[in-house]
Amino acid sequence: MKSKQEFGGLRAFTKRSEFSVLIGLMVIFIVMSFASPYFLKLNNIMNVLQQISRYGIISVGMALIMITGGIDLSVGYTVALSACMAAHLTTNVKMAWPAVFLVVLLMGAVIGLVNGLLVTKVKLWPFIVTLATSKIISGCVLLLTSGMPIHIESPLCWLGSGYVGPVPVSVIMMFLVIIGGSIFASMTQTGRNIYAIGNNERAAALSGIRVERTKTLVYVICGILCAFCGIVVAGNLNSADAGLGAGYETDVIAAVVIGGVSMSGGEGSIWGALIGAMIIGILKNAFILLKVSSYWQSVVIGLVIIAAVTIDRIRTVRKAK
Amino acid sequence: MEQQIIYSIQHVTKEFPGVKALSDISIDVRRGEILAVVGENGAGKSTLMNILSGAYAPTSGTITFEGQELTSLTPERAQHLGIAMIHQELSLSNALNLAENIFEGRLPKNSIGLVDRRKLYQESKRLLEEVGLPNLDPRTLVRDINVSQQQMVEIAKALSLNAKFLILDEPTSSLTVSEAEYLHEIMRRLKSKGITMLYISHKLDEILAISDRIVVFRDGRLITTMETAATQINDMVSSMVGREYSAGYTRAHYKNDYATAEPILKVSNLNVGKKVKNVDFTLYKGELLGITGLVGAGRSEVLQAVFGADPRQSGEIEIEGQKCRIRHPSDAIARGLALVPEGRKLQSLFLKFSVKENITLVAMKQVLNRCGLLKPRKEYEFADSFSKRLRVKTPSLDQKIVNLSGGNQQKAVIARWLANQPKILFLDEPTQGIDIGAKNEIYEIIDEMIRQGASVIMVSSEMQETISLCDRVLVMYEGEISGELYHKDATEKNIVTLMSGQALPVSAS
Repeated sequence: MKSKQEFGGLRAFTKRSEFSVLIGLMVIFIVMSFASPYFLKLNNIMNVLQQISRYGIISVGMALIMITGGIDLSVGYTVALSACMAAHLTTNVKMAWPAVFLVVLLMGAVIGLVNGLLVTKVKLWPFIVTLATSKIISGCVLLLTSGMPIHIESPLCWLGSGYVGPVPVSVIMMFLVIIGGSIFASMTQTGRNIYAIGNNERAAALSGIRVERTKTLVYVICGILCAFCGIVVAGNLNSADAGLGAGYETDVIAAVVIGGVSMSGGEGSIWGALIGAMIIGILKNAFILLKVSSYWQSVVIGLVIIAAVTIDRIRTVRKAK
Repeated sequence: MEQQIIYSIQHVTKEFPGVKALSDISIDVRRGEILAVVGENGAGKSTLMNILSGAYAPTSGTITFEGQELTSLTPERAQHLGIAMIHQELSLSNALNLAENIFEGRLPKNSIGLVDRRKLYQESKRLLEEVGLPNLDPRTLVRDINVSQQQMVEIAKALSLNAKFLILDEPTSSLTVSEAEYLHEIMRRLKSKGITMLYISHKLDEILAISDRIVVFRDGRLITTMETAATQINDMVSSMVGREYSAGYTRAHYKNDYATAEPILKVSNLNVGKKVKNVDFTLYKGELLGITGLVGAGRSEVLQAVFGADPRQSGEIEIEGQKCRIRHPSDAIARGLALVPEGRKLQSLFLKFSVKENITLVAMKQVLNRCGLLKPRKEYEFADSFSKRLRVKTPSLDQKIVNLSGGNQQKAVIARWLANQPKILFLDEPTQGIDIGAKNEIYEIIDEMIRQGASVIMVSSEMQETISLCDRVLVMYEGEISGELYHKDATEKNIVTLMSGQALPVSAS
């Protein structure tokens, strides 16, 4: 009986959308290891993981938002503002590092709260709300930095540039965030509520779920994770400037979509989002190792997104039959 | 002298897979008359209208308009012939102005192909005057006028198409009394111009006031045709009822100890917008209370408002003698209430969830460990026990619920609420759209819950289940409770009388 159930579990897993994405990741991985002698070098693997960690951390927040049926276009500039704020508070205000850490995370939470309240209380479209807030935030970054990079020396930089043995601290942080996010999404009442909201908001409310509160919460979580990511990036470079987070939103949304979160909400997983982030990270690395013009990079990532959603689409249509 | 026939319907039958919606209907509509069509929910009125306006093709039988037999009528062709239908749900575009709506798709053009605004507004002004709206500027946006005016604009649109035959589907259902009178005024004016009208309404007194003849439908059959002048409300009610029921589900015991019954839920002075007006009622412990009435009478709104799902203007709720503040469904759930809403896909199913997840959502706390984390095995066993208890037929609990039949989906939704052990259960159209076998299973489940001490309110449009299941029935009419019937008095005739807004003869109550 027990083995039968586990067998069913494995079969169920192969039917999930994460499975085909995982296969895709493995194929890219194997092809790359033959195509480039450098790819499998420990150095390169760690380097790729470190790149991935930035998207990986934010993709947890983005996945939660997209599971509720929303989207957040302000993540890139929130990362930039957080990095610059961390550098500014450390270097110019001379604030102690624990205070810097808390203030920056709090700022991220407030940005998420504003996004969330505009979406739930004023009932605006998430796309428009976060497009507008991303504009506001990008202006704030320029106002804060006057367009100049700010140097940062702080124990906080360890998060972005430290190592534990051969493993970068930021990679460990990413896995901690992914594990935490995954437990939250799949094993808690609030996590289940998030999926329920993405499935059917009216039914969720009638089941006693505080829909507005829960939706606001996911934007706040995403804001905090962006702020954390900003500290990691600033720490990695020992410097922060207004251009830091440029394009993160598209890469993160791509990762989440490739990982099997439906744009209409209600399904997908945190691990899927991580796999999506890995696919994007390895593809970016591949262009460097294979010495292909980086202009092709955008083209290929666009094609991968189309392929991923097409596969997902075919699967849902087939299921519906 | 025999009046001229404009639209003749001969032996029309319409079948849908598994249902005979109309059987062998023959009606001759006379030119220039107002013919009223009455019948209970699901008697076949809307199917008839859809056939006459070209939306459905009859399975057999012929329809002849102005002497011309129509073999493949489409809505476009019907429009061309001068047949127009005014739907209950108005179909105007809110963001366009009145003139643009009236001439939608047919805007007058000038010599270089641009819209001829002057002609558009002149023509529209003339049409608006014809439907009694001379003071409205045709440039007003539709969203800025009220519902009754919108209805007139729909009629103006039909007139602009030279309609000779108007089908009005419950046009007064969202109008106030004076607005309805105004509509009738316009209808008389149109009649004097020779326009024929088919008037569908649930409001029997209105029908007496406006129509020339009445046809009564029941179960897809035409029961009788009456001259209005020689008809009384009672005659209409008698022909609307009288359906023969196959032996339905009966419970072993019906509550009769009302003298000593203990109230569990008391609702007083409930008001929800225009939909629910000053509703007071009490639910007793261990009772199955039915709420019935026509669609739109405010039945679901009562449940949703008590449950905290919709804001209410006023209303006090007492549960077991204690006043409660219920502002959100979560408050209601904390007080031991449960609501299985109508419209499974819209309001209760999580289609991308498995059967298991659909069952455990509300009572999930019971399968969490001390840190608030899910115990997957416990969740499986918990869902399994409720799915077995309610006999949900599914290949596995991990099956997506979208793949189950309607009856099994509904059982899973009921399981979701039973899992939370509610004291008071609200069921809104619990057997809507499910097959007869599953219906009987749901009746058994309801009966069993009551025997185990739950108190239930069931909103239903189905006469049979209301009559055969409920200990007591509240009938609603236009947002108010128009009457209360105990099981022994809950006959079809009494219910139909109350739900048409008429008082019961003294002897019946």
